[in-house]
Amino acid sequence: MNLLGKLDWSAIPLHQPIIMGATAFMALVVVAVLGFITMKGAWLYLWREWLTSVDHKRIGVMYCILALVMLLRGFSDAIMMRAQQAVAAGGAQGYLPPEHFDQIFSAHGTIMIFFMAMPFVVGLMNFAVPLQLGIRDVAFPTLNSVSFWLTAAGALLINVSLAIGEFSKAGWWGYPPLSELQYSPGVGVDYYLWSLQISGLGTLLSGINFVTTILKMRARGMGYMRMPVFCWTALATNLLIVAAFPVLTAVLAMLLLDRYLGFHFFTNDAGGNQMLYANLFWVWGHPEVYILVLPAFGVFSEVIATFSGKPLFGYRSMVVATMAICVLSFFVWLHHFFTMGASANVNGFFGIMSMIIALPTGVKIYNWLFTMYGGRVRFTVPVLWTIGFMVTFVIGGMTGVLHAVPPVSFQLHNSVFLIAHFHNVIIGGVVFGAMAGYTYWFPKAFGFALDERWGKASFWCWLVGFYLAFMPLYLVGLMGMTRRLHHYDNPAWQPWLIVAMIGAVVILGGIVCQIVQLVVSIRARDKLRVAADPWNGRTLEWATASPPPAWNFAFAPNVTGTDAFWTSKRREQDKPEPARAYEPIEMPKNSATGFVSAFFAVVIGFSMIWHIWWLASVGVFGAFVTLLAFAFRRHPEFEVPAEQIAQFERAQQAGAAA
Amino acid sequence: MNVATTIDGVPLEALASASEAGPAPKRIVVAYGFWIFLLSDIVMFAALFASYAVLVHATAGGPTGAQLFNQTTVAIETVCLLVSSYTCGLMSLAINSRNRFGTYLGALITFALGAAFLTLELREFADMIAHGATPQRSAFLSAFFTLVGCHGLHVTLGLIWLVVMMVQVAVMGFATSVQHRLLCFSLFWHALDIVWVGVFTVVYLMGVSL
Amino acid sequence: MTDVLHDRAPGDIPSEEMEASAPSQALIYTLGLLVALILTATSFWVANTSLLWPGGVGLGLAVLAIAQMGIHLVFFLHITTGSDSTNNILALAFGLLIVLVVVAGTMWIVTDLNDNMLMPSSNAMNMRMQR
Repeated sequence: MNLLGKLDWSAIPLHQPIIMGATAFMALVVVAVLGFITMKGAWLYLWREWLTSVDHKRIGVMYCILALVMLLRGFSDAIMMRAQQAVAAGGAQGYLPPEHFDQIFSAHGTIMIFFMAMPFVVGLMNFAVPLQLGIRDVAFPTLNSVSFWLTAAGALLINVSLAIGEFSKAGWWGYPPLSELQYSPGVGVDYYLWSLQISGLGTLLSGINFVTTILKMRARGMGYMRMPVFCWTALATNLLIVAAFPVLTAVLAMLLLDRYLGFHFFTNDAGGNQMLYANLFWVWGHPEVYILVLPAFGVFSEVIATFSGKPLFGYRSMVVATMAICVLSFFVWLHHFFTMGASANVNGFFGIMSMIIALPTGVKIYNWLFTMYGGRVRFTVPVLWTIGFMVTFVIGGMTGVLHAVPPVSFQLHNSVFLIAHFHNVIIGGVVFGAMAGYTYWFPKAFGFALDERWGKASFWCWLVGFYLAFMPLYLVGLMGMTRRLHHYDNPAWQPWLIVAMIGAVVILGGIVCQIVQLVVSIRARDKLRVAADPWNGRTLEWATASPPPAWNFAFAPNVTGTDAFWTSKRREQDKPEPARAYEPIEMPKNSATGFVSAFFAVVIGFSMIWHIWWLASVGVFGAFVTLLAFAFRRHPEFEVPAEQIAQFERAQQAGAAA
Repeated sequence: MNVATTIDGVPLEALASASEAGPAPKRIVVAYGFWIFLLSDIVMFAALFASYAVLVHATAGGPTGAQLFNQTTVAIETVCLLVSSYTCGLMSLAINSRNRFGTYLGALITFALGAAFLTLELREFADMIAHGATPQRSAFLSAFFTLVGCHGLHVTLGLIWLVVMMVQVAVMGFATSVQHRLLCFSLFWHALDIVWVGVFTVVYLMGVSL
Repeated sequence: MTDVLHDRAPGDIPSEEMEASAPSQALIYTLGLLVALILTATSFWVANTSLLWPGGVGLGLAVLAIAQMGIHLVFFLHITTGSDSTNNILALAFGLLIVLVVVAGTMWIVTDLNDNMLMPSSNAMNMRMQR
């Protein structure tokens, strides 16, 4: 019995210089960060205030940090691919060995979707939704911490795969038979599967948390039609999470059973059916893209209303459109595999549904435009991202409706045209939305704004870079280039791919601008300080301090209209409210449950990947003990004394008066 | 601008409905959250059911359901689980009345019936495997063992949970958190029986008759 | 008072003031058990009898299964159509919709794909699902 399962020194890819270089760089960064924290003596602070925090604001910030870090990882995959394809024309083999290239495109998709886009939108929802609903935290704060740390655990496993072993070469969907043991005998697909199962559990728990919060915990007076639109999109998103992620769990579990126990769900022999995998994967996969984009739509609604100085146009139709997208997103999934051979009836049904689902989004675009019309628009950085989104996403949406026509899909499926389409909507929609939300809520989270100039520079780099990187791909796709090509022999494609490479470099410039923006803003934070309401906002998060106290609001708000804060600001001008005595507030205690469960999740994942069965059992036992420790807590809450609240409020008023 | 926000005190009686009444009490929040979790679990079972339905004839020359399933065993398993759902309900009544003895008794019988269910199911699996009907034999058997096994795994976790809950009652009495968790447990246990109705109908009864 | 204003927790027994004339709770559970037992026995009979037209057996079993699930929901989980239960029903309905779409959609699609894409093979070597 080998104590270390399949793990031995040959797992470290010493013979692959590029990977070793990347690993060394990653290790250096990790050491530098850990060293920096040690130097500042900040370990106890970090543990107490962040790692064991169950505060939705802190958790939201940590999600966004995770997303931004993984953006760098996923983007380096992207720029490597662009570089490879720019040079590997007409017989040239490029600089990446094919097996490495396969891992890169698989990792790129997996990281960007699961560990960049998902954490970013979940982080923004974490931060803003309880504040907008006028409450103190989500329904299950400790569970919220568990969700974050499980996501981080999944991200950790993927990063470990760079240094120890390999990653999957089967693309970010892991289609069998390629992903089965017969054709992927290594650990790559196992890293993929365990990483996604662990983070998928975290996401599902988050979905449950937010559905419950939004439906059962809004402030007094905030009926459904008085909720901010961001909360409506958050509701739709989390309903989709609750409905779709279990299917992903099931299908990945079936592949795991095939690989680990020799089952035959998707194998070539004994009756396995690979089309079943594709079908179930996309049952999850299509709602997933709406999970990503709906919060971005919500951000745009908030941003455009705030900076136009007008209520959002067509609130009711926005709500209806959002919930329509939520339901319809479950009726279109076959459009991801029109070419797999279904009959005309089946393809036709899903084709028509895919065209219908574009309608509610169109309604939203018109509503945003009409919100701006007649308003006094302030062209701040979030608004730039929003306008960039509106143009870019419409183009991407149109190419999407093109793909919805089955005969067209037969021409364009798995071509680079498709790549251009989905990057068009994901970057134009999700990434731009995340950047807008990040800039919009940063001052609320940290008490100082981000530098405006560097923000604008970053936006323009991203916008120009995006068009340079992806418009050529539309052309080359129409010229016949398929996706995931390691090298190609048609020289006519190369000039366009070189332009695409340049576009990627411009986007890199945008990312660099964002890093500089962060550094500059932190350095100049005293000059960039803001009060509670820097943007003249309309929703409740602007009613409390920047950054908000742990308890969010000294008094639970009573809501009397949509745009609750705007309504209250108007009333304040007419009649100032009477002074009230502060009362103590009960808050949940911090908890190590999240961090420790994730630790055991990593142990389980890593040991299952490397077939170290005894260690996996230890991990399971440890997770169970952690659960018991949580269950037998005696006093999970503590009281914030009224005097502390009073002190905080006095300090705020003194600061506002100064 | 006063940062401590109050936006007009609106008297409670003037509010229209539950949707405007402010955050719900903890019992409702906890139970509703668990309800949503159960729905997600049922969607997962749906994916497993769908896979089973698609693979049910993919026997690869091996044994079919009709050849393997023993209806007597299934009938006994079904009655065990159904009655355990009933005793779980009685246990809920005892909890609401803070009746410790009733709670322990209800839990004990529920546990015994659940354990009986599991024993029969494990024996059934062992029998099948001994006769060469392993999950590695065919896609149909893979799907069968996964669907039924997943349900059995949930039952096992439920029994472990029940034991932990009884320890909590012994140590912490009928504290509110304990009551909330017991409410969640009963939701879970009833939901498992609902899933079992689907399993025995689709897998076993339709398996032998259709 | 707030308990009446707020919704009811799923699975919770209706409060006394809401159901003054309701039968005792234990009776409800017992009734549910008995009806469920009868329906279960009927299912087993339907599956094994030769008295029914074979084409109707599948439908009959499905209907009986749905009925049994309904008994559980009403008698054990206390799902009602009361206004204090709306959120719970809506969530249930959403879940059921998804279950329907996933199961029916998968069966429709994969059957269709199997029909179009699988090689016709001799009966003896029949590996996959065939209709």
